[in-house]
Amino acid sequence: MATLHTVNKSPFQNPTLISCLGHAKAGDAVLMIEDGVYGAMNGTALSDAMATLGGDVSLYVLGDDLAARGIDAARLADGVTSVDYDGFVDLAANHDRTQNWL
Amino acid sequence: MKFGIVVSEGPYTHQASDSAYNFVKAALAKGHEVSRVFFYHDGVNVGTRLSIPPQDDRQIQEQWTALAKEHDLDLVICIAAAQRRGLLDQNEADRQGKDANNIAEGFRISGLGQLIEMGIQADRTITFGD
Amino acid sequence: MSEQVKKFLYVNRKAPYGTIYAQESLEVVLIGAAFDQDVSMAFLDDGVFQLTKGQDTKGIGLKNFSATFRALGDYEVTKLYVEKESLDERGLTLDDLQNIEYEDEDDDYAEKPSIRLVSRAEMADVMAEQDVVLSF
Repeated sequence: MATLHTVNKSPFQNPTLISCLGHAKAGDAVLMIEDGVYGAMNGTALSDAMATLGGDVSLYVLGDDLAARGIDAARLADGVTSVDYDGFVDLAANHDRTQNWL
Repeated sequence: MKFGIVVSEGPYTHQASDSAYNFVKAALAKGHEVSRVFFYHDGVNVGTRLSIPPQDDRQIQEQWTALAKEHDLDLVICIAAAQRRGLLDQNEADRQGKDANNIAEGFRISGLGQLIEMGIQADRTITFGD
Repeated sequence: MSEQVKKFLYVNRKAPYGTIYAQESLEVVLIGAAFDQDVSMAFLDDGVFQLTKGQDTKGIGLKNFSATFRALGDYEVTKLYVEKESLDERGLTLDDLQNIEYEDEDDDYAEKPSIRLVSRAEMADVMAEQDVVLSF
């Protein structure tokens, strides 16, 4: 009974991603979309926190939102998987519920 | 899978409507059903037919109207949120004594109950907002 | 109105008045009550500010909708989960929040508190039990 969480806010501007990770259960998936994709970058002030908090969930990022923002896939933190909208649909279908953190 | 979609921000100011539109297109292309798209909060403003976006940018309302027509989608605008923000169909305009209406083709105005019903009937409910 | 009963959770994470989300989400809850679903509300992060007592909006000209929370019991919405860590971070306690009660018809209509104080971990468990999660 796992949840797909989505986050659309930059974690540098808004604590929503941190709050989401603080509530996600082991085995859940967290998908960063829109401005939320900045949370998937490596080498940031939040990278350590992300690695700790995101330890027992599957982290995803919407590749199209990354590309829009000029973030190269090489800048993705380890353990974050890029998906397209097809992948987003699959994630939603394959999890029992979706919780959208706004 | 049957998806119910909520769009809770208006066009252009937030990416929400675009993300929802892209998700819906992908879901339909994969053979899933989208049982309803419910527009709430400022999302009701997606349904105005009076917008004139720049020609070199996506036409958000027209995209939804076209997608709804192609796939027989149910685009529902919440009446309470619409009244607050001045989004009316002819019926509402007549009922409320307003001298104009502005709803776009393919959208219909209805109650919040449609959102709950969507949640009950869909397999998955996804909200795109701020 | 419907035979299927699902667990609906309305997630509130935003403060009142600066934006309309708190007020309009409450409108969804009230309308939704007619559908006889298993409804819970979650208040975490800035959402806990929605429940403070003593809200007086006369000076800012906005509608004070805080009394509506006290009517939720009449609509059979009796599970208002409030996250303790969110209160603590904001220097609030239960005493700062409104008294929101419902009458338990299975217990001789005894008045009971609708606010359920939960830890972050318990809130996560509540979220994980739901069928439909609506966020505003």
